[in-house]
Amino acid sequence: MALDDRKSEFSFVGTRPDRPDGLDKVTGRAKFGADTSAPGMLHGAILRSPHAHARIIKIDTSKADAHKDVKAVVTRADFADVPFKPGLEGEFWNVLENVMAGDKALYDGHAVAAVAATSALAARDALKLIEVEYEVLPHVTDVDKAMAPDAPVIREGAADYSVPEGMHPNVVRYHESGHGDIEAGFAEADLVIEDSFVTEATHQGYIEPHACLGMLGNDGKGELWCTTQGHWIAQKTCAALLGIETSQLRVTASEIGGGFGGKTTVFIEPVALALSRKANRPVKVVMTRSEVFRATGPTSSASMDIKIGMKKDGTITGAQGIFRLQGGAFPGAPGDMTAMCGFAPYNLTNVHQVGYDVMANRPKQAAYRAPGAPMGAFAVESVIDELCNQLSLDPIDVRLKNAAYEGTKASYGPRYERIGLVETLEAAKAHPHYAAPLKPGQGRGVSCGFWFNHGGETSVSLALSEDGSAQLMVGTPDIGGSRASMALMAAEVLGIPYENIRVTIADTATLGYNDVSHGSRVTYASGLATIKAAHHAVDKLCERAAAKWGIPVDAVKWENGCAVPSGPNAGDFDPMPLADITADMGSTGGPISGHFEATPEGAGVSFGTHIVDAEVDPETGKTSITRYTVIQDAGKAIHPTYVEGQYQGGAAQGIGWALNEEYIYGDDGRLQNSIFLDYRIPVASDLPMIDTVIVEVPNPGHPFGVRGVGETGIVPPLAAIANAVSNAAGVRMRQLPMSPPRILAALKDNG
Amino acid sequence: MDYHSPASFAEASALAANATGITRFLAGGTDVLVQLRSELVAPDTLIDIKKINGVHDITRNADGSWTLGVAATGAEMSEHAELGKDWPGVVEAMDLIGSTQVQGRATLTGNLCNGSPAADSVPAMVAAGVTVTVTGPDGDRVVPVADIPTGPGKTSLTKGEVVSAVHIPARGDNGGDAYLRFIPRTEMDIAVVGVGVNLRLDGDTITEARVSLGAVAPTILLVEDCAKAIIGTTLDEDALDALATAASAACNPIDDKRGTIAFRTEVAGVLAKRAAKIAYARAKGENV
Amino acid sequence: MSKFHVSTTVNGDTVEYLCDPRETLLDCLRDKLNLTGAKEGCGTGDCGACSVTVDGRLVCSCLMLGVEADGKQVETVEGIAEGDILHPLQKKFIEYAALQCGICTPGILVAAKSLLEKNPNPTEEETRYWLAGNLCRCTGYDKIIRAVMDTAADLREAS
Repeated sequence: MALDDRKSEFSFVGTRPDRPDGLDKVTGRAKFGADTSAPGMLHGAILRSPHAHARIIKIDTSKADAHKDVKAVVTRADFADVPFKPGLEGEFWNVLENVMAGDKALYDGHAVAAVAATSALAARDALKLIEVEYEVLPHVTDVDKAMAPDAPVIREGAADYSVPEGMHPNVVRYHESGHGDIEAGFAEADLVIEDSFVTEATHQGYIEPHACLGMLGNDGKGELWCTTQGHWIAQKTCAALLGIETSQLRVTASEIGGGFGGKTTVFIEPVALALSRKANRPVKVVMTRSEVFRATGPTSSASMDIKIGMKKDGTITGAQGIFRLQGGAFPGAPGDMTAMCGFAPYNLTNVHQVGYDVMANRPKQAAYRAPGAPMGAFAVESVIDELCNQLSLDPIDVRLKNAAYEGTKASYGPRYERIGLVETLEAAKAHPHYAAPLKPGQGRGVSCGFWFNHGGETSVSLALSEDGSAQLMVGTPDIGGSRASMALMAAEVLGIPYENIRVTIADTATLGYNDVSHGSRVTYASGLATIKAAHHAVDKLCERAAAKWGIPVDAVKWENGCAVPSGPNAGDFDPMPLADITADMGSTGGPISGHFEATPEGAGVSFGTHIVDAEVDPETGKTSITRYTVIQDAGKAIHPTYVEGQYQGGAAQGIGWALNEEYIYGDDGRLQNSIFLDYRIPVASDLPMIDTVIVEVPNPGHPFGVRGVGETGIVPPLAAIANAVSNAAGVRMRQLPMSPPRILAALKDNG
Repeated sequence: MDYHSPASFAEASALAANATGITRFLAGGTDVLVQLRSELVAPDTLIDIKKINGVHDITRNADGSWTLGVAATGAEMSEHAELGKDWPGVVEAMDLIGSTQVQGRATLTGNLCNGSPAADSVPAMVAAGVTVTVTGPDGDRVVPVADIPTGPGKTSLTKGEVVSAVHIPARGDNGGDAYLRFIPRTEMDIAVVGVGVNLRLDGDTITEARVSLGAVAPTILLVEDCAKAIIGTTLDEDALDALATAASAACNPIDDKRGTIAFRTEVAGVLAKRAAKIAYARAKGENV
Repeated sequence: MSKFHVSTTVNGDTVEYLCDPRETLLDCLRDKLNLTGAKEGCGTGDCGACSVTVDGRLVCSCLMLGVEADGKQVETVEGIAEGDILHPLQKKFIEYAALQCGICTPGILVAAKSLLEKNPNPTEEETRYWLAGNLCRCTGYDKIIRAVMDTAADLREAS
């Protein structure tokens, strides 16, 4: 339901054409990360630590080196710590340490060595020939335990300036923000609820494992093919880790089989390049599913304390949250994001939030769709739901009463521009789902969600062909149909058919820098750049038309794909179609292209409201989701079908996180469920159809009003489902996932 | 790794008897290949028994009993209407294993010989009184299914022995069976608890019953006390409560990534009641 | 370690390859026959991205050895279209945006085609359970289920 009755000022934007890569993807010919090969190619494999925390005493690779099928073996000594670029520091150092362990293995699955051999089987077999001597150290995997005074120290000196004195060295970043007088706020309340919540780490669960093909020579020149959300960051990082110049490494992004934030950094790519440099042959590395779970970047786990005061009329008088996030053995857990997002949907006089970034012996966390926001929303929106229950207030009315709007001072500081939260709440209240009767055993939950969205560095180039068609080069890998959106936006400006525009994800050698496809930024930022690049080309088209007509360029305007004379000094000429201008462009001034490079700042924050019905089997604690509705502000939906897809996908991932997905570590610090059998993402039979409502409150920061839609959809589900389950079961669920044993135990405790 | 595809069970047995190191038989392969891939088990010898004549056959014998070839897949069992009419619990238990794709390969025999305490088809087979023929260097012997698994990943089969046929008893009159399992999702999971019930009625009264539990002990359990709780009853509320109590009492589970001791113990009773009701209705001739 | 010579039929073409007995059918399709449409998402039969049919039966090609394919008829996603004519499922998947990243799409198309051949009129529940072994992380399955069921309806109408 995309507000289809609204009169559109657009010709192409808002329509639903077939995606340009559709044919490739339904016939099996689309090339993903593992689908390529090169002459003389070797296969790489990586040896990983079986220990959660261990000092590496010695690595003996001599037997592997001697094996006839093995062409290269690398360890940390083969990377550019010092010899090439002394002083690798900050995040590059962290990534290197994560990609190949140095003095210590910091988590179960941490890479310690790698081989390249003539076949994948031979490479795997050769790993068994490498002997590693470990001194096993005490480990910690739980966030609260990692902050305790007696916790093993992951790494001394990892904390930054923000951490208050006296904290454990595993606390590496600290965030505090808010406004008003929080104690006065609680004193004003008729009811104050204080509660604690826990969420486990989850994985993005993209179906395509990491895969790459690297080629690097001793001349410092290389090529890399990989599945990634951002090949420029892969280029920059790999170059730094291998001690080569960034521009000498050309990186091509394959088709990407899902990322959701998890493919925004590198894991195997520097290893493949190091092996290739040593063997002087191309090396392909493909992760197994187990490696993906053990050694890529899951989310943080979290432990949170929330206190909210409310008046009898539903006004929130004070809100406070402490959010502790564990992000693995490196700094980076988004405790600050969790803190800033938790109360962001509300217009609060008194609010205070604290976030901790805590290290533990787990893999280095990576982004996962609105990183940090879903867990905070779970805790905050659960307490709001409980306040509504105890004060007998309607949960949407209460949220409407407190909702942020244009001009509201956000919980994290700035004042909002035009936002669409109220509109999503009103649409939720009006939706038939909200009025539908519930059956016995069912409960309904509601939650709002917030995410910042991001702009980021962006380059786009557009070139016209003689026949009047256009090729558009963007640098943000297409993770959900963005090539279709880009073509629609370009068509809108150029006035030529959608089908006449070919969109390519350019490699790093053919376009300027582009940030990663993350932060819900692609349709916003690459879209904005596409529009500007198309306008740039249109300006040139108008110049050529003006020259042909012999009139000033400011007397020519662009309409429906044609140059047309405009204004009193223009004269009377027939509209000149784009193809008539490009046909002889070689002789009228040369090729016509447009380009745009910038870091757009107006991404515009994003809000959504979800309604969910859940049914709980009181005898087994098993939950089924019986109905689900996503309502979210898209600003302007460029290709509404793919916007719906983002909403549905976010909701489905949220259902998995809420009910079944979790990282399970044993007492030995090893991950126990590193296969899809036991890391339980939703299957088709687990889910209902997922209804969507696209609210469109245009973003003033985008020419067509676009707000990114990729991430916000996973923010409300954890809380909405927890509220639905709690209301169905009659007992508040404070820990995710709400697996059947946890629900049954809660029911028993509740009598 | 050596790979063989013998033409007879005698040949398969001889190959296994003479092999050194780790030997695995390949029926559907849905467990063996996973173990091979993850390097949990690295067999030195793999013996593919699917090229032996008749291993896909599903045959109803003159006395009403059934003989299944060891490579008959879950999909082939589900598509066999007559088998499903006689033993819906056994067929459904097999059908619960894995996806449609896995059903295209997985077999009763493989599920049995994998030795998992959580195997779905095994409680159903134990409740149904299924036996298997074991071919070994000394010839054939017939063994109750319950006697094959001896612990997680372990079986009573000795070197050179291979299961060569599956025998399901004649259904007989006024009988019904059912199998239920608990999983957190709707599909694709390993059982957290499984319960098989097979019973026979005289009028409304249960005269025979076999109740088995999966995933609540190191091996599949055949629980006498559960049978006693419902034999002689019409499966009234008291009988169901006694059945649940007996099922929970028989549990000796572990806490693991799939479930807790408390959860498994409680849910074993819940599922026993639910499965018994289905089996009872089927024995009455109801189509459930 | 000796390799095995395998002769088999893939999408109607007679093919031969040499394989190590540890290599799966998926390995052989992808690495020896360069048919990379089937994907390895898990290697344990849990995701269905490697779905193919063997003698008409839907299987995970990661759960079958390459050597077992000898003498069989294998069908993969590359064989679904007839020349330049897409299968109705393929058309409907594009039209309905039943894919986002597309990595699961080959397996889902093979599985859905197999469903419609066995059951031309599946209910939503039957469709969802049939496809339960095909994980999709992007779409929430909504548009996939609609595409399969609407293709079935179109095919019923056309026949």
